[in-house]
Amino acid sequence: MSIFLDRDTKVIVQGITGKMARFHTKDMIEYGTNVVGGVVPGKGGETVEGVPVFNTVKDAVAETGAEATLVFVPPPFAADSIMEAADAGIRYCVCITDGIPAQDMIRVKRYMYRYPKERRMVLTGPNCAGTISPGKALLGIMPGHIYLPGNVGIIGRSGTLGYEAAAQLKERGIGVSTSVGIGGDPINGSSFRDILQHFEDDDDTHLICMIGEIGGPQEAEAADYIRDHISKPVVAYVAGLTAPKGRTMGHAGAIISAFGESASEKVEILTAAGVTVAENPAVIGETIANVMQ
Amino acid sequence: MDIHEYQAKEVLSNFGVAVPQGALAYSPEQAAYRAREMGGDRWVVKAQVHAGGRGKAGGVKVCDSDAEIQAATEGMFGQKLVTHQTGPEGKGIYRVYVEAAVPIDREIYLGFVLDRTSQRVMIVASAEGGMEIEDISAERPDSIVRATVEPAVGLQEFQCREIAFDLGIEPGMVQQMVRTLQGCYRAFTELDATMVEINPLVITGDNRILALDAKMTFDDNALFRHPQISELRDKSQEDPRESRAADRGLSYVGLDGNIGCIVNGAGLAMATMDTIKLAGGEPANFLDIGGGATPERVAKAFRLVMSDKNVQAVLVNIFAGINRCDWVAEGVVQALREVQVDVPVIVRLAGTNVQEGQKILAQSGLPLIRATTLNEAAERAVAAWRSDVNQNPNLRAV
Repeated sequence: MSIFLDRDTKVIVQGITGKMARFHTKDMIEYGTNVVGGVVPGKGGETVEGVPVFNTVKDAVAETGAEATLVFVPPPFAADSIMEAADAGIRYCVCITDGIPAQDMIRVKRYMYRYPKERRMVLTGPNCAGTISPGKALLGIMPGHIYLPGNVGIIGRSGTLGYEAAAQLKERGIGVSTSVGIGGDPINGSSFRDILQHFEDDDDTHLICMIGEIGGPQEAEAADYIRDHISKPVVAYVAGLTAPKGRTMGHAGAIISAFGESASEKVEILTAAGVTVAENPAVIGETIANVMQ
Repeated sequence: MDIHEYQAKEVLSNFGVAVPQGALAYSPEQAAYRAREMGGDRWVVKAQVHAGGRGKAGGVKVCDSDAEIQAATEGMFGQKLVTHQTGPEGKGIYRVYVEAAVPIDREIYLGFVLDRTSQRVMIVASAEGGMEIEDISAERPDSIVRATVEPAVGLQEFQCREIAFDLGIEPGMVQQMVRTLQGCYRAFTELDATMVEINPLVITGDNRILALDAKMTFDDNALFRHPQISELRDKSQEDPRESRAADRGLSYVGLDGNIGCIVNGAGLAMATMDTIKLAGGEPANFLDIGGGATPERVAKAFRLVMSDKNVQAVLVNIFAGINRCDWVAEGVVQALREVQVDVPVIVRLAGTNVQEGQKILAQSGLPLIRATTLNEAAERAVAAWRSDVNQNPNLRAV
């Protein structure tokens, strides 16, 4: 098992005819992902990397039975594309797009609540590297070869820092069940807390690794949830120890503005909830190896 | 993106928020003229800089004659105003706003923010206006009134009335308060703001509700659909290095240390800074060159980092995911041939084709210090910086 994404999960790519989208579609297919189509309004009937393009997500779902989507649509149109996927019955959506206006994301989140929980789409991102179930499927832009299949579930806000963690694990022969990027934006589809329960319920995940950073309430909320609901060991790292207050550090969401948002406060809150915190990014792999023993 | 007080007042008044009469000036003479034009016998002159805390720093003066205005503003124009929000270097004063003074009965704090917990727009208000919201929440947390707005239907009148009554506004003025709140909310959502702050919102002796100060911040990601807001950008208020970086698609934040950082990805960039600190050094900057590390971007990054005179060593940390290490290594070598870098450079590459990348660095003949792990890179950067300082005692003064 893994979460959200398996060998058989039928995947479409929204915005598949763009240069980057084509490149990553090819990469995902080579990794073994079951890509069944793409969506670009007005380009229905074309073929990209051997898969059919549809005008609407509804058409794609009707023709292919697609269950998951990767949104590669430019920022002004991305929110609309996510809502289209939610309405068409897609179960899992990864949005890669960086630079979506925050108020568009507020609308998207509000819109998704119109669906009852059992058929509500799960959204991760935007502004993330995607999700990978190593050895099975890849829905995103990460380099597949740095992940070994295994039993660590990863949730992270940052792309390349997530690669760093996966590479450190691979070096120690430790594999990953699924790695989920939740992205660096202030309003995102899923928080740490939203993903934690999925890993708790997944038999193949034995340990959960959370890679957080400064800014926002998500790490503190996750700490509460872990204390009350998660039985599996959790290892965390929080980036931004040296970040000054009130400055945005790259990610729009990485700004310290309230209590509980600095790296040291987050470390304190997570530690109090029973999470093992790696004190520096170079020992994420080592810390996980120690906890697993 | 931040805008000036006078711009925020103009924007908000277009949405029905009442503001005192005022006019902008670019020189002391003009400021005095503006006051005469406006009439009255008391004015407030306010330095227009993108920072709070102007009053305490001497950027706001009450004047009773045009001679006083001329004298007060002569001390402002061309000066740097240093407040607790500007950092020690301060922000230049090039514009002054002249406003008719109003008789103040009560001061209220009013803020609209994006609340990340509810993922909605939140209104924060307090009867303790005039103080910074941080101080209000520390000293009078019970005075803070909060409300979140359901995005599907927007801010409702009953919510505005609740806030008004909670703030102790007289029944006869509640409707004015409703109009003010709804105007701010409409400005916030229609113009893609991320923050609207009116501190203080005042109730005048003659029962008017006026925004005495106004601050607005806009979502950079949404500026594409608000060209009229983009035009309000004032580059003189930005850190020149940061705005130059932003114009080149790089994300840079200057810091006080002396080890320059060039990293791909925001999270990894912060993690690299943390590792430098733990190894005993101080990072000179945050710099995210983005997912793809092309030679052009690496060269731009070197130029930017080296423009900070405090930099005494540069650490390049690239995790090549989609692109390959050999390609990144070519970029680093090419950049170092183009850009004059006279401090030690430490390069750590990881990811795809790392061996080929290392080989290119080794064969380049450049005096690079190579590292394979993050820890090793940080330790070598700190060691290189220390020995560099020891060899060049002049640098120690920095």
